[in-house]
Amino acid sequence: MNELATELAARYGARDWHDQRKDLASIWVDPIRIHDTLAWLKDQAGYVHLSFLTAIDNIERKAFTMAYTLRNHERGHSLIVHCDIDRDHPVVDSIHLLWGQAWTYQRELKEWFGIDCPGSPRKDEEFVLEGWDDLPMMRRDFDSLAYSQATYEDRPGRETADPAAHMKQKLYPEAPL
Amino acid sequence: MSDKKLKPAPLPNEGLLPEERGLFCDAAPREYEAAKGWVENFLNWARAESLWILGFGTGCGAVELRPLMTSRFDMYRFGIQARPTPRQSSVFVIGGYASVKTLKRIVRSYEQMMGPKFVVALGSCTINGGMYWDSYNTIKRIDQYIPVDVYITGCMPRPEALLAGFQELKKIIKSGNAEGQNLYARNFEWYKANQKKVIKDWNMPDYNW
Repeated sequence: MNELATELAARYGARDWHDQRKDLASIWVDPIRIHDTLAWLKDQAGYVHLSFLTAIDNIERKAFTMAYTLRNHERGHSLIVHCDIDRDHPVVDSIHLLWGQAWTYQRELKEWFGIDCPGSPRKDEEFVLEGWDDLPMMRRDFDSLAYSQATYEDRPGRETADPAAHMKQKLYPEAPL
Repeated sequence: MSDKKLKPAPLPNEGLLPEERGLFCDAAPREYEAAKGWVENFLNWARAESLWILGFGTGCGAVELRPLMTSRFDMYRFGIQARPTPRQSSVFVIGGYASVKTLKRIVRSYEQMMGPKFVVALGSCTINGGMYWDSYNTIKRIDQYIPVDVYITGCMPRPEALLAGFQELKKIIKSGNAEGQNLYARNFEWYKANQKKVIKDWNMPDYNW
């Protein structure tokens, strides 16, 4: 697989190849090269299957990390291609022309993270939520508890126990808390 | 009992397009008018002994409804059976957590059911939110949106608990205390305000009859 790492580095400036398992590796590229990298991997390197596409909110470094998981069925190897995009201006190339199913993932990314993929079909339509009018809910600066408390009525009298303390008390009542 | 002299104002149906409004009902729900004397007791007995469930699994707890159909639990011996449409059903089983998207369908289905109708809320999610207490998209109390006759606790309750819940519902119906439909009609504006507070893209009639 290191040949592939060298090839990707030479062609697209890919870096930080990391073998997570024997059949799974990850690599990083610049966002401007993501479409070309994926197209080459699909057409020339045998990674013909887009098995997953998602994003990770790395709010600390103000970036969304894209994760495109590809699969090479001949070699039995999966490759995750990462790229960081600007969190304040989250736009990334659409890959729906490479893999037809990608537009569904991209519609999901638009609704859940606010990541825009210009040209992706139906990307502005509602996907899972209906009538959502707040921040995209998978962003880490969206406060789910505060939203829930402000929107949905509580039933008074509910008590919540810390699971660890509760089980300790139940199993070992003589032990100090 | 409803006051027949006061005719309530038609519902505005603002969620519908103006050209569609004439196609839908604009009357608010009315309270059920009980028959006199022993006839109502007889009707309640008949209702209690033929509980027809709306076959709409609204959450994960609905998986516990399936075993009721099997010979081991056999709900049919209690006169309980599932029906495919709200019009044929008298019992709505809220099967656990209800997301806002599902709540919209729950309200719609509940309002389409023929009266007298009863609601069994299943699982801790319907009571106080359960494990979805901090979810952005799951309501915490179903009784804010539709009236509930019986709660069955547990996460999730076993089929035996469901059968016990149905027995409880039967007792309530036979005693003439299953007032859910009347509560809904009486407090219609309150229920509707609660529903519209969370269902933000309201694009259906105000009363889906």
